[in-house]
Amino acid sequence: MSIKGKAYIAGAFEHPLRKAPDVSTPQLHAECAMGALADAGLSLDDVDGYFCSGDAPGFGGLSMADYLGLTGLSHIDSTETGGSSYILHVSHAAQAIAMGKCTVALITLAGRPRSEQVRWPRPNSFEGPFEAWCGGSTHNTYGMAAMRHIHEFGTTSEQLAWIKVAASQHAQYNEHAMLRDVVTVEDVLQSPMISDPLHRLDCCVVSDGGGALVVVAPEVMKSLDRPAVKILGAGEAVKGQNGGKVDLTYSAAAKSGPAAFAEAGVTPADIKYASIYDSFTITVLMQIEDLGFCEKGKGGAFVTDGNLISGSGKLPFNTDGGGLCNNHPTNRGGMTKVIEAVRQLRGEAHPAVQVPNCDLALATGIGGSLGIRHGAATLIMERAA
Amino acid sequence: MNETRKLAQPEATPETQPFWDAAREGKLLIKRCGGCGEAHYPPRAICPFCHSADTAWEKSKGAGSVYSFSIMRRSPTGPYTIAYVQLDEGPRMLTNIIDADPDSLAIGGRVCLTFTETGGDAPPVPMFRPAPQAS
Ligand SMILES: [Zn+2]
Repeated sequence: MSIKGKAYIAGAFEHPLRKAPDVSTPQLHAECAMGALADAGLSLDDVDGYFCSGDAPGFGGLSMADYLGLTGLSHIDSTETGGSSYILHVSHAAQAIAMGKCTVALITLAGRPRSEQVRWPRPNSFEGPFEAWCGGSTHNTYGMAAMRHIHEFGTTSEQLAWIKVAASQHAQYNEHAMLRDVVTVEDVLQSPMISDPLHRLDCCVVSDGGGALVVVAPEVMKSLDRPAVKILGAGEAVKGQNGGKVDLTYSAAAKSGPAAFAEAGVTPADIKYASIYDSFTITVLMQIEDLGFCEKGKGGAFVTDGNLISGSGKLPFNTDGGGLCNNHPTNRGGMTKVIEAVRQLRGEAHPAVQVPNCDLALATGIGGSLGIRHGAATLIMERAA
Repeated sequence: MNETRKLAQPEATPETQPFWDAAREGKLLIKRCGGCGEAHYPPRAICPFCHSADTAWEKSKGAGSVYSFSIMRRSPTGPYTIAYVQLDEGPRMLTNIIDADPDSLAIGGRVCLTFTETGGDAPPVPMFRPAPQAS
């Protein structure tokens, strides 16, 4: 049993707003839903599967389905793996479609971290009393992962900076990107230290906004006019502190990646374009190694000298500018990772960054914290003939 | 620094009450499994490795070394250091390192236990500081 070829991404939409003080969060979800459905040539009335995650307000999927008027649902899923949720939702939607549980699955993400406060963490967790007082944030917990990587493998801040440089090279062409200025390695190293060894420019942007995707059954895809993006394979995995046997040198992508490649029947060398979750530069480096684009510990050398830049590098990544420069809506970057991969496969990326003959793409993400506990999701997609 | 950073006050549960009672006496407890012999942290009733319910409290010697750390430089109350400390008993625990020049810290450095009050009636929390230099 496999999802290979059983479902297609028919619609994708990235909200243009980066600051949204004048709309509600449910409204943002709705605008993203309408955008993705319009892109596919479908409407809310066609939706029979709905997927959302922890950013969905109120009672999550129940509140949003009610708000959107989704009265025809035969499948609902609100799996929460942080920012990687939406990559995983594509896989879960494909599974539901393959099992005949739904035919048009809608996935939404939206939030307004610049405009409203969301309470976090949730109460009653086993870890709260042992962790909350440590003052862990994304910056310092990803910082610890980066520190250990540097210690174990000799990775340098210069190498990490190359990841930001590549993202900025791409962002200059995105009119919606928050940071469009091209930066140098020196710029990254000169930016203020936030939490060692991560500088400000090693960190992604904070943005309001959102996005949505529509995943459909093959027979629905045939009735639509949009270029078909076929789902070839997916993998998901979670990783935590393992009872105190903490190992910061690898991520759960070490499992989600190989699972996705195995299901798709392709190898890292076959991938023409990769959307790689970039909450921080270290997040990208870790996934590049764990997915097998290079050997463990050699990620620093791999990303150096512009190897991630479209047109010159071997592995063009995040051609929209990614979370590092474009957009990281409600601190969750998985949705935009899939959206840019869809653009690449459709040939609809900005001409300056479009990968020629892009017929095979990957989207991968880490949600939660690399340094504490996280969920990884990897998705491999093909441009259908 | 830690005097001014407001620390989240831990709340005990029936599962973790002995841990916080011991903390008030300046003792760090971990759990060790009678099934597989492994120590774990944070403490659970059921062993995360072999899933035996035969777990017992054990007092840590409170000595360890830095597995990794990061200094948060952009805190309104001043820089502070988050770390994983590997206890000599084995488990690596999330904590803070205090009373240290942040720029003198290094992975592998020896540290020792020190409890920090969290205010009011709440229990203190287990932090670490650099161990005295052996000479
Ligand atoms: Zn055990």
